[in-house]
Amino acid sequence: MTPALSDYRRREQSITLAPVEEQLHDDAGAAADGPAQELLTLNMGPHHPATHGVLRLLVTLQGEVVRDIKPIIGYVHTGIEKTAEDKSYWKVIPVVERMDYLSYYFNAMAFCGAVETLLEVDVPPRAQYLRVIHMELNRIMSHLVWLGTSALDLGAISMFWYCFREREAILDLFEFSSGQRMHTRYFQVGGVFEDIPRGFVEKLRKFTAIMPTRADQYGDLLNKNEIVLQRLRGTCPLDADTLLSLGVTGPLLRAAGNPWDLRKAAPYCSYGDFDFKIPVGTVGDNYDRFAVRLAEIYESVKIIDQAIDGLPEGPCITTDRKVALPPRHELATSMEALIHHFKLVTEGFRVPPGEVYYPIESPRGELGCFVRSDGSSKPARVHMRDPSFVNLQSLSQMAEGSYIADLIATLAMLDPILGGIDR
Amino acid sequence: MEISRQPVPGAVDPDALRIKQLNARQLLRGGQVEGLTPAAHLEGADLERHVEESVLTTTLDRAVAWARSNSFFPATFGLACCAIEMMSIVAARVDVARFGFEAFRASPRQADLLILSGRVSIKMAPIVRRIYDQMLEPKWAISMGACCSSMGVFNNYALVPADKFMPIDVHVPGCPPRPEALMHGILKLRKMVQDDPDMGWRERYDAIGTEEIVDDEQAAPRA
Amino acid sequence: MPDATGLELLAQELREAEGEEIVRATVFFRSRATLEVDPRQILAVLAHLRERGYTFMSSLHGVDYYPEEPRLGVLYELLDMSRVDRVTVKLRLPSDDAAVDSATPHWPTADHQERGVYDMFGVVFRGHPDLRRILMPEDYEGHPQRRDFPIGGEPIAFTYNDTPSLRPPR
Repeated sequence: MTPALSDYRRREQSITLAPVEEQLHDDAGAAADGPAQELLTLNMGPHHPATHGVLRLLVTLQGEVVRDIKPIIGYVHTGIEKTAEDKSYWKVIPVVERMDYLSYYFNAMAFCGAVETLLEVDVPPRAQYLRVIHMELNRIMSHLVWLGTSALDLGAISMFWYCFREREAILDLFEFSSGQRMHTRYFQVGGVFEDIPRGFVEKLRKFTAIMPTRADQYGDLLNKNEIVLQRLRGTCPLDADTLLSLGVTGPLLRAAGNPWDLRKAAPYCSYGDFDFKIPVGTVGDNYDRFAVRLAEIYESVKIIDQAIDGLPEGPCITTDRKVALPPRHELATSMEALIHHFKLVTEGFRVPPGEVYYPIESPRGELGCFVRSDGSSKPARVHMRDPSFVNLQSLSQMAEGSYIADLIATLAMLDPILGGIDR
Repeated sequence: MEISRQPVPGAVDPDALRIKQLNARQLLRGGQVEGLTPAAHLEGADLERHVEESVLTTTLDRAVAWARSNSFFPATFGLACCAIEMMSIVAARVDVARFGFEAFRASPRQADLLILSGRVSIKMAPIVRRIYDQMLEPKWAISMGACCSSMGVFNNYALVPADKFMPIDVHVPGCPPRPEALMHGILKLRKMVQDDPDMGWRERYDAIGTEEIVDDEQAAPRA
Repeated sequence: MPDATGLELLAQELREAEGEEIVRATVFFRSRATLEVDPRQILAVLAHLRERGYTFMSSLHGVDYYPEEPRLGVLYELLDMSRVDRVTVKLRLPSDDAAVDSATPHWPTADHQERGVYDMFGVVFRGHPDLRRILMPEDYEGHPQRRDFPIGGEPIAFTYNDTPSLRPPR
C-alpha cells in the first residue's frame, strides 16, 4: 500500500494511545505523571446512538476531558448535487429535498427561489403565504424532532414521545395539503403545486391554538429539571466572533448574542409582511442554544397565525405557462395548454444562462442554493450550502476542554443533520 | 330476498365441533361423558387422538420461533430520512411497543433485527456489513425505504443497494415509507419467522459447517 | 447587493490597490454582483473585501465549466452583515494546473468547504492545514462532480427470497 493508504488504514483503528511529551494542565489537578497524562484517541461512530446520524468523531481524550475532536463525514454522501445535474429542473426538486431531511420545505424553497431568480418569474402572493405557512410548520417540526432527540441524548427520554406527538399533528397537516408526510414536493418553481384543500385552515388553526400550550409544557418539563440545567448551563460556550469567523449561522449564532436572521435582515418570500421577534441568547452556552430554539417555536406559531389571517386570494402558482403546468381542465379545450403541458412534462422549461446564489433561513442556519444554468432544461450545477456542514466546524472549538458528557450535549445542541452535511 | 342455504360439502358441522370441545373439556376435568370412555381407559391410537383433540401440543421449534418473532430487538441504525420515520414507529401513534419490539439496542451484539433505514453510501457499506457480522444468529434484516432496497431516487456513483453486501429478508418500499408501512413490513417478517423458523440463514450467510454439535450426555435439559 | 455602479467602484478600487490584472470581469446579473479575479491574487482580494466590510464568508464552492477553459471555478460568497450586502468572488482555474492559495488561515470557515471542493473537483488548495477527501472514502480515485465523471449507478438486484408462507393462496 502507498504510504497515504496505510496512514488511512491505520487511522481506521478504533483506539490509539499516545504518551504526552510535555506537561499538560489537568483540570482535576491530577499528578503530573501517571495515567492522566496519556492521550486516548477514541473513535465514536459512525454507528452510535448519540451521534445524530452517521457522524464519526475521532475524540482525543485526556482522562475524561476532551482535547481534540476531528469529525469525519461522508457516510451518507448521496451525490445529490451530481444527480441534480442529470435531471430537468422540475425533477431536481424531490432530489434536493432529501438533502437536509428534516427541513425539506427549506431545501425546495432555496432551489425554487434560485431558479425563479434566474427565470425572473413572479411568485403570486397567495403562493408566497402558503410557502411561509409550510416553511414555518416545518421549522416547528424540525425543532420538535431536535428537542425530542436531544432530550433523549441527555437522558430525558419522555420528551421524545411528547415531541413526536406534536410532530404527528404537523405531519397530518402536511399530508392534508400535499398527500405526503415527508419530502412532499409541494413547492414548485413559480409557487406551490396545488391550493390547500377545504378544512386545512380550520385544522391549522386548531394546531396553532394548542401548540403554544404544548411548548409551555416542554419548557416546564425541562427548564426546572436540575439535571438538564446542570448539563446545559455554562457548558461549551463559544463567543459570537469565533462563530462568525467559522461561518456559523442560525440558532447557534443567535444564542451567542448576534441577532442575524435572514428572515428579518433580507426578507424573502413576503416574510417582511409578518411581525415576529428573533430570540437571542446572551452567553452562547448549550442552555442558550436550547432556549433560543424553544422560543423560536412560539415565534413560528405567530407567523403562521398571521399568514392564515392574511392569506390572499389568487393563483397558487405562477400563470406563466412556460414554467408552470396549466390547470387540467384547460387541457381539454386549449391546444396551447396541451402543448405547454407536453413540453413541460417531457423536456421541462429552459432557464436562461447565468449563475445565482439564493440564501434562506433554515432551522439550522443559512441554507443557500447555487444554481448555474447553461440555457438547457437541466441545471449545469446545483450546490446547496448546507448550514450543518459549516456549523460542524465549530464543534471542536466548542467542546475542547470539556467532558465527554458535555460533548454529547453540545453535539445535540448543535443540531447537525448528516444528510445536509454529506449531501 | 330468498336465500337458499346449502351445506358446503365436506365442511365440519359446527355443532359437532362444539360438542367435541365440550367433551374434551369435560374429559380434561376428569369427568365422565356419555358415549366416550374416560381418558384413563384409552389406549393406542385412541389415546393419541384424544390428546390431539384436547391438549395443546407443539414442537419445540415452533415455540421458539413464536418467542423469537414476538421479541425482535432492533438495532438502532438510522442512516437518513427513513430514520425519522423509524423514530415515528417508536413514538405513540404507531407504537411498536404494542408488539414487543420497543427495545432498540445500541449494541449490535444484543440486537437481532437490523432495520436499514436510509441510503447506504459506499463509505458506509463496509461498516454496515461489520455491524451485521457482529450480530449473533438468528438475525434478520429489513431494508426500509427505496434507497437501500433499490437505489431509490438516487441511482448514482455514491450509493450501494443493501442486497449487494448483505442478505435482506424484507424490503419495505416508500420514500420514506409511512410508519404504518414499516410496521406492516416488520409484521410480515414476524409472520415469516413464525412459520418458517429456519429461513436458511446458514446458507445465506455461508456458515454451513460452523454449527456446534452437542453430545447427548452433555445435552442441556430440554425445557 | 451593491448595485451595478457600486460593483464597478469596488472593481476600480481593487485595480488601483493591487494592480490592473486583478479583476478580470465584473458581472451584475439579476441584481447580484460577481467579481471574477485572478486566481494568483485571491487572498489579496479577500483581504481587501474584508476591509471594505464583507467579513462573513457564506459559502465556498466549486463549479465545473466543462468544456470551456479555464475549466474549474471556485466561488466565494461574501456577506456584509451590517449593510446586508453580498458579493461573489469567482476565479477560474485551468484543468492542468488547478491549484490556488487556501483561504483557511484567514477565513476558518473555509476549512471543510475547501476540502469539499478538493474532493469533488480536484482543486488543490495550497496551504490548507489538512487537505484530505471529506465526503468520499479517502482512497477513492476520481473527482465525482466533474462533468466528465460518469454518474454511475447499477442495475437493481434483490436477494432471491421465496417464503412459502407469504406466497399468495392458490
